[in-house]
Amino acid sequence: MFKKILIANRGEIACRIIWACRELGIKTVAVHSEADRDALHVRFADEAVCIGPAPSAQSYLNIPQIISAAEITNVDAIHPGYGFLSENPHFAEVSRECNIAFIGPSPEVIRMMGDKSEAKRTMKAAGVPVTPGSEGLIEDEETAIKEAARIGYPVLIKATAGGGGRGMRVARNREELVTAYNTARSEAEVAFKNSGVYLEKYIANPRHIEIQVLGDNYGRVVHLGERECSVQRRHQKLIEESPSPAVSYELRQEMGRIAVEACKRIGYNNAGTIEFLLDEDGSFYFMEMNTRIQVEHPVTEMVTVSDLVAAQIRIAAGEELNYTQEQLIFVGHAIECRINAEDPVTFTPSPGRITTLNLPSGAGVRVDTAIYDGYFVPPYYDSLIAKVIVHSRTRERAIARMRRALESMVVEGIKTTIPLHLKILNDPDFIAGNISTRFMDRFLK
Amino acid sequence: MKKTERKTKATPVRNAGKTAGHAETGSSSTSAENDAGEYLSVSEIKELIELVSEKQFNEFELERGGFRLYLQRGGRKSAAESSRQALYVPPPAGETGPVEIVTTPPAAAQPAPAPQEEKLHVVASPIVGTFYRAASPTAESFVKLGDQVEAGKTLCIIEAMKLMNEIPSDASGTIAKIFVENGQPVEYGQPLFGIKV
Repeated sequence: MFKKILIANRGEIACRIIWACRELGIKTVAVHSEADRDALHVRFADEAVCIGPAPSAQSYLNIPQIISAAEITNVDAIHPGYGFLSENPHFAEVSRECNIAFIGPSPEVIRMMGDKSEAKRTMKAAGVPVTPGSEGLIEDEETAIKEAARIGYPVLIKATAGGGGRGMRVARNREELVTAYNTARSEAEVAFKNSGVYLEKYIANPRHIEIQVLGDNYGRVVHLGERECSVQRRHQKLIEESPSPAVSYELRQEMGRIAVEACKRIGYNNAGTIEFLLDEDGSFYFMEMNTRIQVEHPVTEMVTVSDLVAAQIRIAAGEELNYTQEQLIFVGHAIECRINAEDPVTFTPSPGRITTLNLPSGAGVRVDTAIYDGYFVPPYYDSLIAKVIVHSRTRERAIARMRRALESMVVEGIKTTIPLHLKILNDPDFIAGNISTRFMDRFLK
Repeated sequence: MKKTERKTKATPVRNAGKTAGHAETGSSSTSAENDAGEYLSVSEIKELIELVSEKQFNEFELERGGFRLYLQRGGRKSAAESSRQALYVPPPAGETGPVEIVTTPPAAAQPAPAPQEEKLHVVASPIVGTFYRAASPTAESFVKLGDQVEAGKTLCIIEAMKLMNEIPSDASGTIAKIFVENGQPVEYGQPLFGIKV
């Protein structure tokens, strides 16, 4: 087992990793920017090294500084958390070359899944259903028409150089397709200097369903069920839950089996998540794979009574998965709300000093956070300040528990999105489980 | 092995193993000291307070090197700031309400150097690594106390990831202080040399 781990991250996930290390008896090293001198992860780590000025590019994304910090503190392993360098294959490689264990999958697998179209090809070959679409770019109108007919309307014309929701147009029939195709190409040329477009089946009201997987270094892989993350704004998740109200026992078995098979085929190890789009007719399609621990991992931990970060560390240290898929149990329902330091209506970031803080507690409530009374939320990093997670026997009770938890959460001195979450938790569609990735669009209108 | 051969494994860069409520055993002397060699004298702090009160600021924060000064009107103590010491300073005549001063000693566990009488230009480390006074174990140190240096002169080497990085001086003057020891691990921003300009 490792003796000392460096956490190449900040904020709540850095604290999360420190707690897991403490429970495993592992010493911790925090790295931080100058702006994070008073951060909670710095205070609770056994050692701390300042690695650069506030901007992430010069600190949390600075590979030489982080590796150097790992060397002078003599760590055995680095945990990259999520975001930052967690899916940077070069960082994983450098770590490996310096004989420091990287707590995650191999650089080769990270690289493979990092290229989105490559990942799609790999998954397709591994038997995972992918969104029906054109094989390559569509060079002319005729091909567009032929492909659209093959895929089946409605179709989505996507710019290959786009991403994050940009450069996409919907066509419901042949007539719309011709216009949309030509417009999309010229728009892409202007916006991305690349007029390349391809076609995909358009799913009108998809649900974002992701499967958590865990693989050891010896080929054993299990899945820990699904998380529904459909409540998103601009591709940023706001609320996540497990299980999904739309996933039956049979569907979970099916999606889980496919996810595990795919991981075995590509030689995946450590923690990972496979994201799917679930259509209203029950069909599901691969979207992408995240080769790291995710922000919303706590909801899975609550319903499976597990510690995923500890599992990551154990796996990286060479331990075997000591349970089978059949032995995994799912209990109750968990929901997570991501609380951001933002105006709940305009979403303007709200950095500043927290003058009064009361975190929710009590039965079935968990808070993952790095804020404290008097803490100055810096303006340089993302606005997530706390994750409030609740667990109860049913979804209905979990919603009631989350409402009560958020109602008792007091954060003064900055604005937070707590009021927005309370509104969502009182929305009839949300309560009924009628959600999709379009939910927030309707909600915010 | 990942460690280089000649490194003497010195103490860790900073021991940040505080638990909540543990008071920092910093000095409570009348001048705010720090191992940057840059400090504010009592008279300078008093001047600042007067300025802040006079100009009706509600909050004032100054950070330099490893030293930070935070002034807040209203005298409300913020809780759970374990490494801070609050000094109560009565308001200047005619002002209502106390102005609370909170001085933050640097989080480093290194002992504060003896107070300087003059302000020194501090050369801080731009990278994380191991500090060496000379180009090799047998070579002479690049500089020693009292040496005159020009801006651009190599002062030391910081080894990072097997690469030897020469650190140049960014000021001309006399080497008045050397804050770190040969073979000591250093972090970004850590004071290395104090130069009397």
